[in-house]
Amino acid sequence: MKNQNKQILIIGYGNPGRQDDGLGPALIEELETLEAGDIQLQSNYQLTVEDAYDIQAFKQVVFVDASLNATPPFSFTEIDNTNESALGSHSLSPHAVLQLCETLYQQQPKAFVLAIRGYEFDQFEEELSAKAKSNLDQALNFLTTWISQNA
Amino acid sequence: MSTKKARILEIEPLTRVEGHGKVTVHLDENNQVAEARLHIVEFRGFERFIQGRLLWEVPVIVQRLCGICPVSHHLAAAKAMDMIVGVDQLTPTAEKMRRLMHYGQIMQSNVLHFFHLCSPDLLFGFSAPAKKRNIFAVIKEFPELAKKGILMRKYGQEVILHTAGKKIHGNSAIPGGINKNLSIKERDSLLKDIDQMIEWSQEAVDIAKNYTLENLGLVDKFAHFKSNHMSLVREDGALDLYDGKLRAIDASGNLIFDHMDYRHFDQYIMEEVKPWSYMKFPFIKSRGNVDGWYRVGPLARMNTISFIDTPLANARHAEFRLFSQNKPVHMSLAYHWSRLIEVLHCAEKIKELLHDPDLQGSDLVLTGARREEGIAVIEAPRGSLFHHYKVNENDQVTYCNLIVSTTHNNTAMNRAVTDVAKKYISGKAKITEAMLNHIEVAVRAYDPCLSCATHALGQMPLVVELFDADNNLIDSNSQFISKQPGQP
Repeated sequence: MKNQNKQILIIGYGNPGRQDDGLGPALIEELETLEAGDIQLQSNYQLTVEDAYDIQAFKQVVFVDASLNATPPFSFTEIDNTNESALGSHSLSPHAVLQLCETLYQQQPKAFVLAIRGYEFDQFEEELSAKAKSNLDQALNFLTTWISQNA
Repeated sequence: MSTKKARILEIEPLTRVEGHGKVTVHLDENNQVAEARLHIVEFRGFERFIQGRLLWEVPVIVQRLCGICPVSHHLAAAKAMDMIVGVDQLTPTAEKMRRLMHYGQIMQSNVLHFFHLCSPDLLFGFSAPAKKRNIFAVIKEFPELAKKGILMRKYGQEVILHTAGKKIHGNSAIPGGINKNLSIKERDSLLKDIDQMIEWSQEAVDIAKNYTLENLGLVDKFAHFKSNHMSLVREDGALDLYDGKLRAIDASGNLIFDHMDYRHFDQYIMEEVKPWSYMKFPFIKSRGNVDGWYRVGPLARMNTISFIDTPLANARHAEFRLFSQNKPVHMSLAYHWSRLIEVLHCAEKIKELLHDPDLQGSDLVLTGARREEGIAVIEAPRGSLFHHYKVNENDQVTYCNLIVSTTHNNTAMNRAVTDVAKKYISGKAKITEAMLNHIEVAVRAYDPCLSCATHALGQMPLVVELFDADNNLIDSNSQFISKQPGQP
């Protein structure tokens, strides 16, 4: 991974072709248009094993995903690697990525999950729902402030 | 009067496979397995979603179909669109860039499957405690193996990044060619580690081969059944993952058809519908729907091809064929050995291509006489992937039909779960989690991609349900694999 001297890595993940599932990559696209400080941005369809390798070089990591359960408009939660996690599929949970990172590379970046509430996931459609867009705007405002205070 | 009843056991969803699926095991009143079925929720809505889209958009849009193998869909769609724009032969730069992308994709996908999804079963045994059958236990006991798996997977992803242009929604393959070449800087960054990748790939083949040979008693009886096999092969019979002609062989290795132009696939392949499955059951027309089913993917490819055009992988393929006395291998667990031979082949091909100056060429796109129909086949990590489109005079898609690898393997996977259920569950008074895992191991061998590519936090319930013959729920339990952020 490039720019390993940066302080913060923000990983947005989800499938933009499945409506609100694309909230994570959408937030990364918005951040790319801003001068948001000393951060590294990354998008993917889902978290995978090599993310454990990538996050080891950063002091702080923010995982951004759509959520069916977060209280609107979003939740921002610090997480650790103490939860039992499993690789249930080709994709990993943020906790599992942290666990892998510590187990394999003995690194423990401070980690957060920004869970943006989404509503529509069932169709092949590249548009976010109106309510999800509103939640995205609020999450973006929050995150840019958080970055300015932490980068 | 006996109180025993027939019942149906459901395993849902299957773990360590991509997407949502379930297995139902049908037990009679004496707990004998009558049948087992693999059910997959396949979202056919995608083929309607694509209608009305402009042909130029299609290679990018189809990546939305699946977050696991977007590159395979990207390349298959681009190949079909080449046909529509009248380009039958790409420029050397365009074809080699696409091939490089494809080798990166197969390498990373096969590596992930072997090292991180299957290795817990192979290293600890199918009956090991569930808590141990995961990647974290592998890391604890085999940390160097796990690290190699991660770095090999990462390398494949880097190849994709440099050839597709982006990690997500790559857009480099376009109708008639490619929109970027490989810069010297990109080439050199990939060359730096390629020898290491080849070395580790050889080690990986050894692991899979040794597992097969050292556990032959198990491998030989576990989901071992005869079938036909099908894949693309090059004109001279060599393994060709990107393009070629279709070859099908029967269970003894005799040719069913060879050098079949995939643009006429509907003359050779038919699809059957069954009322209990969302997924179709393809079969070879000349053999009929009972005997014409076949397998695709790494095992099928090792069985159909005549040789491999890279020296190290070819030597490993020769070992594989020597093991089977030059007959087709029918053991489902031999998919793993085959998959790793392909990883080695891909690593060798990547090195070969990185030294090819055509990758820095500037002749990227061709045009030709417009056609109304495009058909493409590519050998994706899991097997043959068919894309078929028709477009109108306004360049809008009017028809789309996709036959994905997992669909080709539908009958085979159903045979596999039935075989294993009969051997490990039939007649047992108590059905344990370890027994159920045997069924999942059989499915995992095929690396099915059941994905709808949608995921959201908190949506991965593991549910096992027991029903009686009247479909009354006898027992169930569930757990969430991932924590749900935003919840207390």
